[in-house]
Amino acid sequence: MSLLRIEGLRVYFNARGRIIKANNGVDLDIRENEILGLIGETGCGKSILGRAIMGLLSENVEVGGRIIYKGENLLDLSEDRMRQIRGREIAMMLQNPSTSLNPVLTVGEQIAEVYRYHNGATREEAKRKASNMLELVGVDSKRMCEYPHQFSGGMKQRVMIAIGLALNPRILIADEPTTGLDSSMKNQVLDLMSELIRSRDMSMLLITHDLEVARRMCDRIAVMYAGELVEIAPAEKILSEPKHPYTQGLLDSLPRMGLKPIPGASPSLASPPKGCRFHPRCKYGSDECSEKHPDMIRLGDSYVRCILYKNEKSKA
Amino acid sequence: MLKYVLKRLLLVFVVVLGVTVVTFSAMHFAPGDPAEMIAVARYGEDLTQGEIEWVRATEGLDAPVYIQYLRWLEHVLHLDLGKSQITHEDVLEEILTRFPATLVLAISSLILSLLIALPTGIISAIRKNTIVDNACMTGALLGVSMPNFWLGLLLIWLFSLSLGLLPSFGYGGIKHLILPTITLGTSMAAITTRLTRSSMLDVLNQDYIVMAKAKGLDARTILLKHALKNAMLPVITFVGLQLGFLLGGAVIVETIFAWPGIGKLLVDSIYARDFALVQGCVLFIAVIFALSNLAVDIIYAYLDPRIRYEKK
Amino acid sequence: MNERWIALKELGENRMSAVGAVIIVFLVFVAFFAPYLAPHDPLKQNLGKRLLAPNGEYPFGTDELGRCIFSRVLYGTRISLEIGVVVVVITALVGTILGGVSGYCGGIVDEIIMRAVDIVLAFPSIILALVIAGLLGPGLFNVILALAVTHWPAYTRLVRGLTLSVKEKEFVEAARALRASSFYILRRHILPNCINPVIVLATLGIAHTIISAAALSFLGLGIQPPTPEWGSMLKAGIPYLRSAPFLTFFPGIMIMITVLAFNFLGDGLRDTLDPRAKEMLMMRK
Repeated sequence: MSLLRIEGLRVYFNARGRIIKANNGVDLDIRENEILGLIGETGCGKSILGRAIMGLLSENVEVGGRIIYKGENLLDLSEDRMRQIRGREIAMMLQNPSTSLNPVLTVGEQIAEVYRYHNGATREEAKRKASNMLELVGVDSKRMCEYPHQFSGGMKQRVMIAIGLALNPRILIADEPTTGLDSSMKNQVLDLMSELIRSRDMSMLLITHDLEVARRMCDRIAVMYAGELVEIAPAEKILSEPKHPYTQGLLDSLPRMGLKPIPGASPSLASPPKGCRFHPRCKYGSDECSEKHPDMIRLGDSYVRCILYKNEKSKA
Repeated sequence: MLKYVLKRLLLVFVVVLGVTVVTFSAMHFAPGDPAEMIAVARYGEDLTQGEIEWVRATEGLDAPVYIQYLRWLEHVLHLDLGKSQITHEDVLEEILTRFPATLVLAISSLILSLLIALPTGIISAIRKNTIVDNACMTGALLGVSMPNFWLGLLLIWLFSLSLGLLPSFGYGGIKHLILPTITLGTSMAAITTRLTRSSMLDVLNQDYIVMAKAKGLDARTILLKHALKNAMLPVITFVGLQLGFLLGGAVIVETIFAWPGIGKLLVDSIYARDFALVQGCVLFIAVIFALSNLAVDIIYAYLDPRIRYEKK
Repeated sequence: MNERWIALKELGENRMSAVGAVIIVFLVFVAFFAPYLAPHDPLKQNLGKRLLAPNGEYPFGTDELGRCIFSRVLYGTRISLEIGVVVVVITALVGTILGGVSGYCGGIVDEIIMRAVDIVLAFPSIILALVIAGLLGPGLFNVILALAVTHWPAYTRLVRGLTLSVKEKEFVEAARALRASSFYILRRHILPNCINPVIVLATLGIAHTIISAAALSFLGLGIQPPTPEWGSMLKAGIPYLRSAPFLTFFPGIMIMITVLAFNFLGDGLRDTLDPRAKEMLMMRK
């Protein structure tokens, strides 16, 4: 049932002598036919997770753990092999379509090239397929010869979707696909994505900081804080009965719940708090929280990283 | 796009006009009596006041400055740049005779510099912070800091005087072109290399390059298709700016190698205080410079889709 | 102020700029103490000892009039550094003010100043400097004037661009909050933003000015002999290139080392202080 399994992923950056633990032991799996949401504040490490899966991390990085896809550990694969997987099996939509689309190439070309490159399609074939993809995402295919700057934000996002889905990958990683869009455009894009993903029996890892987006789209939700996952649960459960104090705080901070902010500030990933990383901001925080780093506790189909639940079920 | 071109042409016109005003004023506010200087140049030191006055009258130097300017301007609009006040040769003709030599030098230097700079800059960017990169960048820095007139002299000393391989001055065949080209071309190459590298680095850091990688494209495709075109845009602009450097450098190089181009003409005419010739050269250089910059701008506008196609 | 210390520390760690700074300090020292360091009077001719190759008494040899090249080179440091610093200080000040005014006022003032910039930049800078220096005649003052006239636009463009970008950000807030003093506030907001890029430009500008001044003298249109200036020394050495290449070698290498030092420092400053200066330099509009 798991398409992709992340085991103990560690991503450490070395910045001027300080080690930044952007991902600190992440265990997560993406199942077949599911939309998995990855939620967290900006800078918590969720985009890094997406890039780690795709092998798009920059040079001065240390990566540990395993990412298992189709029996292979992606982190061990050669660059050649990774290139075959990127786009074709696992595709990624980067944040910010305005900067992710090459300004000097036409939109059509940026879609068509994946067909020529991965499938060896001819120019005409690729063009035809690109044209179809554009129509599929709701962009007039006559605009194939136009350049990205000629499109509005919503349209560019659709182009990104077209590129992502062009080769029919098994998994699509979408990094903040609705940033910068107004709410009606947001919903249109989300609905489009949902429809396309479901109709192709694909899975999606939806990375976002926006809980409303997650609520609308996701089957399961994983909550990330300071480079660690603190809660993973089916969407309805997590939204109606959030277990981890951070998740509760996130929900409380939504406009419709009262806009109550979580006190304190996000921790530095270079020197995170000892023990539970959330404990300085947690209203249930106890001495034990500051000493011992909590493990993930499994409660049926949910997982929580908090000692509040240590007596309820056996560990994951 | 057309609007853009027209607007720029107008700008060129205004600017060149301004340039002529500035040079004209500079000359007439320069120390010394122009009439006297011309008379001396023509007839030697032993002059009577009458001869000086005669020169003043015949050259129209007795009229107020702005009248002189307007007269000159009128002539220019009829493509008459006047006659050299010393040799009586037609200024425009002099300039046009010399121009091809400068053009040859400029083009060959430009080609040499691009041949060196582009590959070096790109490779340095790709192999950032490796030995190759550091070596190239240090070399480029040395090239930028080395005065090209000194380089020219060193080259003459080495290849001409010591090894006797190449002629040290004059205008003739390829052999005469080599040293001047190397002198001018390598200094320009140094600057262009640094710029190419930084432009390439900027591009390689962009999101769309990561995106191209995310699509599974290989390094070669990413470099040649996605990165290069973007990186070349600022380089093209810069090459345009460097045309000025070329023209300026040509002045020095032509003087060292006695290359009969406009640069040398300009320097010689300044020495000789031949105002008409100076004014003519200055105008000509300004126009050429402005037009070539305009050409570069147009090429850039054509190549950058963000300018060529307006947003819908 | 803390930020400055951190920047300075980073600068020190940057090897190239440290080397550059050390060389510059050394050159300044030489310039100041030239009279004490020079073994001979740089102007003293000794026709019996013309064109001697470097030896114990004359470390760099003697020139065509028997003068000690080493001493002349040392004194030449004074002139080059003086020209470089004076020109850059003037042009940086004038250029920055014009740029600030141009960016802040906008409208016709901006147009006029920008057209003036365009006119100056319509020329390769050497040529313009040539013409001005050539027409005004040789001499230190004229060289400084000619170079100053050609070098101010870079600062104006830079500062204007920065002013415009700050104006968009701060102006609205400042205008609303403190109305009357918005002018003053812009001074306090623009200036700190500009100092760093201007410093970078100025350092590189000194390098450029020194080469330009030497070029002018080399063409015979700047500092004239007998004043010991590196460029004019190069020129004087041309007829003896075959027989006495050391006449051209030493002044030339001094120019290169000096310019290299300022370029090293300037590059290092740019990397630590402000990556935007480079973009400004490349922007044409």
